[in-house]
Amino acid sequence: MSLTRRRILSATSAAAGALFGLPALAQQAAGAPIRIGSTLALTGPLSATALTHKLVGEIYVEQLNKRGGLLGRPVQWIVKDDQSKPELARTLYEQLITSDKVDLLMGPYATGAILSAMGVAQRYNKVLVHHTFGIPSMAKYDMQFPAWSLGPDPQKTVSNSLFDLMETAKKPPKTIAIVTSKFPSVHFMSLGGREVAKQRGLKEVLFLEWEFGNRDFGPIAARVKDANPDMVWIGDIGLEGNQLLEAMKKIDYTPPIHFHLYPAPGPMTHSPEGANALSVTIFEEQPPFTNSGTAAEFVKTFNERATAAGLPDTHVEVQAAASYSAWQILEAGVRGANSLDDKKIGEWLRKNKVDTIQGRLRFDGPGNYGDDLMKIKQVQGGTWKVIWPTSFASPGASLQVR
Amino acid sequence: MTLPSLNLLAQSILSGIFIGALYGLIGLGLGLTWGLLRQINLAHFGLVFLGGYLSYQMTASWKLDPLLALVLVPPLFFAIGVGMQWVLSKFAITPFNSLLVSFGITVVIESGIQGIWTADYRKLESPYNAMKFTVGKLYLPVPELVTLALALAACFGVWAAMRYTDLGKAMRAMAEDGKIAAAFGVNAQTLALVLAGGCAALAGVAGVCLALTFSLTPSQIYAWVGVVFAAVMLGGLGSALGPLAAGVIIGVSEAITMAVASPSWAPIVSFSLLIAMLLLRPAKAGT
Repeated sequence: MSLTRRRILSATSAAAGALFGLPALAQQAAGAPIRIGSTLALTGPLSATALTHKLVGEIYVEQLNKRGGLLGRPVQWIVKDDQSKPELARTLYEQLITSDKVDLLMGPYATGAILSAMGVAQRYNKVLVHHTFGIPSMAKYDMQFPAWSLGPDPQKTVSNSLFDLMETAKKPPKTIAIVTSKFPSVHFMSLGGREVAKQRGLKEVLFLEWEFGNRDFGPIAARVKDANPDMVWIGDIGLEGNQLLEAMKKIDYTPPIHFHLYPAPGPMTHSPEGANALSVTIFEEQPPFTNSGTAAEFVKTFNERATAAGLPDTHVEVQAAASYSAWQILEAGVRGANSLDDKKIGEWLRKNKVDTIQGRLRFDGPGNYGDDLMKIKQVQGGTWKVIWPTSFASPGASLQVR
Repeated sequence: MTLPSLNLLAQSILSGIFIGALYGLIGLGLGLTWGLLRQINLAHFGLVFLGGYLSYQMTASWKLDPLLALVLVPPLFFAIGVGMQWVLSKFAITPFNSLLVSFGITVVIESGIQGIWTADYRKLESPYNAMKFTVGKLYLPVPELVTLALALAACFGVWAAMRYTDLGKAMRAMAEDGKIAAAFGVNAQTLALVLAGGCAALAGVAGVCLALTFSLTPSQIYAWVGVVFAAVMLGGLGSALGPLAAGVIIGVSEAITMAVASPSWAPIVSFSLLIAMLLLRPAKAGT
């Protein structure tokens, strides 16, 4: 099943019909719409994930308008295609502000585009809430607000969390191979993980880097096999991890422990080689994440709409959760400030906490980052299950090692 | 830098041969249209990916054996190639403009692929994926072996056809001197259509091989342009065996670089070889 224009239009029409079927609530929002502008990588290498963000945004705006919109006015989302190009994202954000004259901004997807948008937002003193920006140390603009709660030093905190988990294994790893894409946010984390591994006494038996868009993973797989580590840290994004695991399979090698930084979650669970894959997350479709009514409702709606739209992965996890949280943050800022004035919104967000489906977020740390709320998950029985910290673990789930 | 084990080196060289064969197979059609028709056909890359996606569709939706795509895809693509060539010749497109027009066609194909199969990754799943032969400690995956076999068959087949058949001789004559060839009865227009169709069919074959060994996403079309162009330039325009040889050299060099040094150095290999060729033997590059 594929995502087609017809399906999108059909789903949108159905949603519009549902919206118009609630005249009492819809009439609570009146007047000219509040226009929120953003770009997404609707085409290009990052478009597969960006489609998830697009769907989430559509869901949120619909829900928001059902609740009466913002400040009594309906909300309209203007989304443009940055084609996975940060330089184009920059141009389009300029356009959104100066030509389209949107009232508010929402961030784009992926580190490069977010960084570009941040520069434009700073130039025009606009609040920029963004999702999945991977290098917090580069977020220096005081009116940018991250929705991805990985903390100001994720390269240290997330890595330590992972190695804390490793120490609970019956046979903790003593050697590690670190192989990583040079995609900026991935590379940043992998270098941090490398440093933390050394500090914690793991012996590095291999360190390799590849360019984003690498075609041949065969020699990389061969080198990992040759090094024979207890654990492999795979700094991957999208399908890179799957491709590497497949290349390993072709030479009859399966690492006993394999951690994947930012894999495409659906393909990893569907692939036999993905068994026991470890990764990070801020949200999964399980308690306690789904204990709140808002989260449960969103999960149900997203599952239905993603299925109808033909998305290959219909589950809510990191990307969808961060995206939804971004909208929650922006809404909270507007409501808290009782204004569309970006300066007031920014001031309110820095002084207050926002409840999101990830948990309660704060923006008073370095670069407006709050706590690291990342968890560790593992593919078990063909599904992702949170296994660390134990307070968030799926019932009965614990670390599995080959 | 540490010295790799012999087994690692050997396995990496095998990996390089396999991907090099794919470079050569993709480059075969591109080189022929460039050398014989004087057209730089960037649409070739779009057709390769379209062939891959059709193979995926046949397997995923129609539950056909992926190798059956080798029977179904080439005739379809032959027709597509003939149609494209007919349009190009109708408007008397110059070589430089063929670059622009064919790039536009690639963009259209990419958009069409994304419209049908979305931007998400697609992976052709088949029983062949898990099959492999072992020779000592070395592994020979079946999908890669199929690609190598098809590349060899296609390249040597084209080479033999160009050398030993009247059709092939006529094509070479046409490329050498079209007017003289015409004086001897060679119908350049018909030959051009046949050649373009054949090259498009080869693109379809390459697409099937691509789907057998790689995940598909529309934007990856452009990831193959540089390295395949390098293989064609190194191997010689219009050569049947040159792109394969060059592709294997590039593939093995990339693989050894990844095995000995760093995978992130691999992308510079193909163009380093091309630059070296241009510096050392400038008259030979692209001929």
